[in-house]
Amino acid sequence: MADEILRLEKVCKAYNVGLATETEVLHDIDLEVDRGEFVALIGPSGSGKSTLLNIVGLLDRPSSGRLTIKGEDTAALGDTELTHLRGHTIGFVFQYHLLISAFTAKENVMMPILVDRGFPSADIEQRALQLLQQVGLEKFANNLATNMSGGQQQRVAVARALAMNPDLVLADEPTGNLDTKSADAVFELMRQVNRDSGTSFLLVTHNLDLARRCDRIIEVVDGRIQP
Amino acid sequence: MNRWLPFEWIAAVRFLREGRLQTLFIIGGIAIGVAVIVFMSAMLAGLEANFIKRVLTSQPQIQLLTPDQIARPLRNEKGVIEDAVVQRPSQRVISIDQWPKIRAQMLAMPDVTAVSPTISGSVLAIRGDASRAVTLSGIEPESYFKIVKIPEYIAAGEPRLTSDDIIIGIELAKDLGASVGDKLNVQAASGANRVLTITGLVDLGNKGVNQRAAYAALRTAQSLLAMVGGVTTIDMTVQDIYAAEDIAQRIQASTVVRADSWIKTNAQFFTAVRAQETSNTLIRLFVGLSVAFGIAAVLIVSVIQRSKEIGILRAMGTSRGQILRVFLLQGGVLGFVGSLFGAAMGAGALIYWHAVARQADGSELFPLILERRLFVLTALLATITGLLAATAPALRAAKLDPVVAIRG
Repeated sequence: MADEILRLEKVCKAYNVGLATETEVLHDIDLEVDRGEFVALIGPSGSGKSTLLNIVGLLDRPSSGRLTIKGEDTAALGDTELTHLRGHTIGFVFQYHLLISAFTAKENVMMPILVDRGFPSADIEQRALQLLQQVGLEKFANNLATNMSGGQQQRVAVARALAMNPDLVLADEPTGNLDTKSADAVFELMRQVNRDSGTSFLLVTHNLDLARRCDRIIEVVDGRIQP
Repeated sequence: MNRWLPFEWIAAVRFLREGRLQTLFIIGGIAIGVAVIVFMSAMLAGLEANFIKRVLTSQPQIQLLTPDQIARPLRNEKGVIEDAVVQRPSQRVISIDQWPKIRAQMLAMPDVTAVSPTISGSVLAIRGDASRAVTLSGIEPESYFKIVKIPEYIAAGEPRLTSDDIIIGIELAKDLGASVGDKLNVQAASGANRVLTITGLVDLGNKGVNQRAAYAALRTAQSLLAMVGGVTTIDMTVQDIYAAEDIAQRIQASTVVRADSWIKTNAQFFTAVRAQETSNTLIRLFVGLSVAFGIAAVLIVSVIQRSKEIGILRAMGTSRGQILRVFLLQGGVLGFVGSLFGAAMGAGALIYWHAVARQADGSELFPLILERRLFVLTALLATITGLLAATAPALRAAKLDPVVAIRG
């Protein structure tokens, strides 16, 4: 077994448990992601991709099954511990509502570290600038998040996801809202980071073209992983 | 970003700054509320202080009097009174029994600041063809002036009372056509009479009183009223003016005299003050409540507007506690900043109103009392109100499920 970041064993997720409207969204999901892997998660709308991503991202808990992150079973962890583990291990890139509008690009990138440490400092700022440079946006460091194009915002969001040096970045259709050129740039950026720093990526996408450029494709249909 | 501020402060201030118009309007609302509270409190305190000062420097705070004279009908047997109707006897002016002893007792009480024996009775003041019935008070100036500040009310002449001097009210002087230095024939009902020199005219702020007031030395009045060595009242002041009634009751219980406090004799004034205080408190309470609801409403809207951002913050590792504090702080900051503007507005309104509002005689309506305590307290209260008002929105923000929030 290679260095394993993420392991799901027989993970199920149901909503409205016990009610007449009970719906099971995920069925017996088994999934492993190793360090440095770049995995695409595809599937039709409503197939449970986002739910799966939320569970992996510790934003939601599975109804049954085991979720292990870096070998640690998450079932026993409380809300505070989950928040801590999430902050330190996982980075997020979302499709919409990318940045916090009251802050500049640089401050948005600083945010995960700031939240963790409590106080701003010069080295957090340095780190943010370095990340912005990595995504090619050092010139926009002091722009308010709202004064940037969608592609630029998404690159800042990638920089932000990397701020805490996470082991795993979860991206929920990060390019779904961008034109082809910007989408390509954002994807390449993530690939680059993956290659350079060995960060694992789990990328939800509708874009089969992008999916094919990943290390592995996992297809989810009706809450099950297709073999 | 300020290095010294923690994340919660930075986020709270940024969120408020980003909400520009919303923030400005709610700060305006808080400021107006605080201004109303500051203005009303300071003005009422001033009015009350002014009134109390006037009342308490022109009359004693506690007055000891002879007990009521009552008829004691003969009884045939135990408990059986023969007469069906017992008429109340006329109240002769009599001296307080053993007053020097009572004075010594009063002086020994720790709460008492001044004690002055006084004799008062009706006399005729005659000058030429004019005569007026007046109330002559025989006083010991050195102790009496500590209780009733006659020197402060002297309109002409000086507050001097040797055995041949008299100080009279300005209206009485007008009626008699007399002025300082003139002689006045003072005649008692018993027929005794003395010629006294007017040394001063007093204005006690009340026309009726000014028409009847006359002050002479204690011994002069005693001989005029045919009560040598006697006094009819003992006037007193105490340290805590609001304790006067309690002290009066204690005195009454422990001596043979009747004790009236200024609180009892000015019951109407007191009711008015209490009513004003109650309405002031109610107004403050409701202004505070509406400010609190305003803050809560603005913050609730802010939480809803920012729910996606809150979700993202939670996803990147922000704890519920941190989110809670971000929104609590916003409430506190709004309350504090609003109270600063409000205090300035209230003080400005007070200064303006103080300059404009005058009493009938042109003197100030209320003294300008701008206590630092009032402003500090108001700011503190507004900040606490802000924090409390922010509790519900902050809890709501902290409880947001990031999955729901981000999905929107």
